[in-house]
Amino acid sequence: MSSVRVLVGTKKGAFVLSADGTRKDWQVSGPFFAGWEIYHVKGSAVDPNRLYASQSSGWFGQIIQRSDDGGATWAPVGNKFAYEGVPGTHQWYDGTSHPWEFKRVWHLEPSLTDADTVFAGVEDAALFKSTDGGNSWHELAGLRGEGSGCSTLAPKWQPGAGGMCLHTILLDPGNADRMYIAISAAGAFRTDDAGVNWKPINKGLVSGMMPDPAAEVGHCVHHVAMHPSRPDVLFMQKHWDVMRSDNAGDSWQEVSGNLPTDFGFAIDVHAHEPETLYVVPIKSDSEHFPPEGKLRVYRSRSGGNEWEGLTKGLPQKDCYVNVLRDAMAVDTLDECGVYFGTTGGQVYASPDAGESWAPIVRDLPAVLSVEVQTLA
Amino acid sequence: MTDEDAQPAKTGKGGSAQLIRVVLPQHLRTLAQVAAEVSLEVTVPVTVRRVLDALDARYPMLRGTIRDYGTGQRRPFLRFFACEEDLSHESMDAELPRAVAEGKEPLLIIGAIAGG
Repeated sequence: MSSVRVLVGTKKGAFVLSADGTRKDWQVSGPFFAGWEIYHVKGSAVDPNRLYASQSSGWFGQIIQRSDDGGATWAPVGNKFAYEGVPGTHQWYDGTSHPWEFKRVWHLEPSLTDADTVFAGVEDAALFKSTDGGNSWHELAGLRGEGSGCSTLAPKWQPGAGGMCLHTILLDPGNADRMYIAISAAGAFRTDDAGVNWKPINKGLVSGMMPDPAAEVGHCVHHVAMHPSRPDVLFMQKHWDVMRSDNAGDSWQEVSGNLPTDFGFAIDVHAHEPETLYVVPIKSDSEHFPPEGKLRVYRSRSGGNEWEGLTKGLPQKDCYVNVLRDAMAVDTLDECGVYFGTTGGQVYASPDAGESWAPIVRDLPAVLSVEVQTLA
Repeated sequence: MTDEDAQPAKTGKGGSAQLIRVVLPQHLRTLAQVAAEVSLEVTVPVTVRRVLDALDARYPMLRGTIRDYGTGQRRPFLRFFACEEDLSHESMDAELPRAVAEGKEPLLIIGAIAGG
């Protein structure tokens, strides 16, 4: 019988939540790395027992942990993230130049074809790659550097409120040379040559808080999602606006439609229905909680524009949590499961594609990330 | 610690070395899977830099956790103490107090109190 394993990163450790395919009875293990911020934990598609975790601390910096047994045991691997060449500068919040400084790893994306290859999105924004199971890391410097279409743009990048983080990495399952990344607050970028050259893919994004709302870079992209069967179709939750691209990011159209607010962080796609999307609307950029104190997941079955609120099992009064950008995921069981974690420490699961929800756990530390593994 | 422990030892390269005691903060003990205090062989003259180099060599998982990889400097929320002195702002190449160099007192690596 199939089973699922939910990998949860929180402000004070990692947790592994396990259940069989019915997704009713859950076992909770953890905290792993207690007391540390765990920005992200993700498993390899090639070897589900191979997990990578980003462990960080304001005191002690960055650690990368690796498990080869599905999270039962862990060992630290390489944690040296050195920018290629002279790191240069980016814009600070006030528009002055600020040196590039490594702070932490926000997102770990294991390769789709090799368990020892993994990508890391870091703050200050850059993309790193390891081909030896995380023991050593090198920057894919074309994203920021010379020889790339981005070399004149990187000095214009600026941090979002959470820092200048590279938080989204999407690998095209049909084209090993193509990947997408997103940075707050720079925008989305694509490579078609395995990370040597990159281009900004932000045409159609409009950000009212920018001096030039349609600038090539500077957009606060919160998250991007893709269905593996249609890697040219991208869905984006921007600071404000939910967006869609049907041409690998070359242009975007707004699909916020009837959402109660189009601010938010998380966005994901149903495992078997490429036009079914999920978002969690958040009131505004200064009020990071659901509108009216009602925690609602919104689902579109039409690729955007028409949205329905999903509320069964979710608190519909006095709820003032947030759902962060990497804190939503789906499983691939026949009836797609949807999961998300909140800054209030709840991890909710829906075993029926969003129709109904129940908390797996209610009282974890603030949840930073949620990933799901569907196990045979 | 015995008097014998405090005697300089010969290193593999022929220089003299000393057994130094280092007390780590809780999170780094967990990371390195060690007790509160570790002993390290450090070549003389004993400095913070040499102690940290020896610590990194013995416990590779601690690399980058005390000194920033990029700058090589002490992380801002960590402090170094020994013999009731704050050594955090001394040169990393300054000789440590004799009691530390002789293994009689530990070098304390302490996380700054930055909680509520």
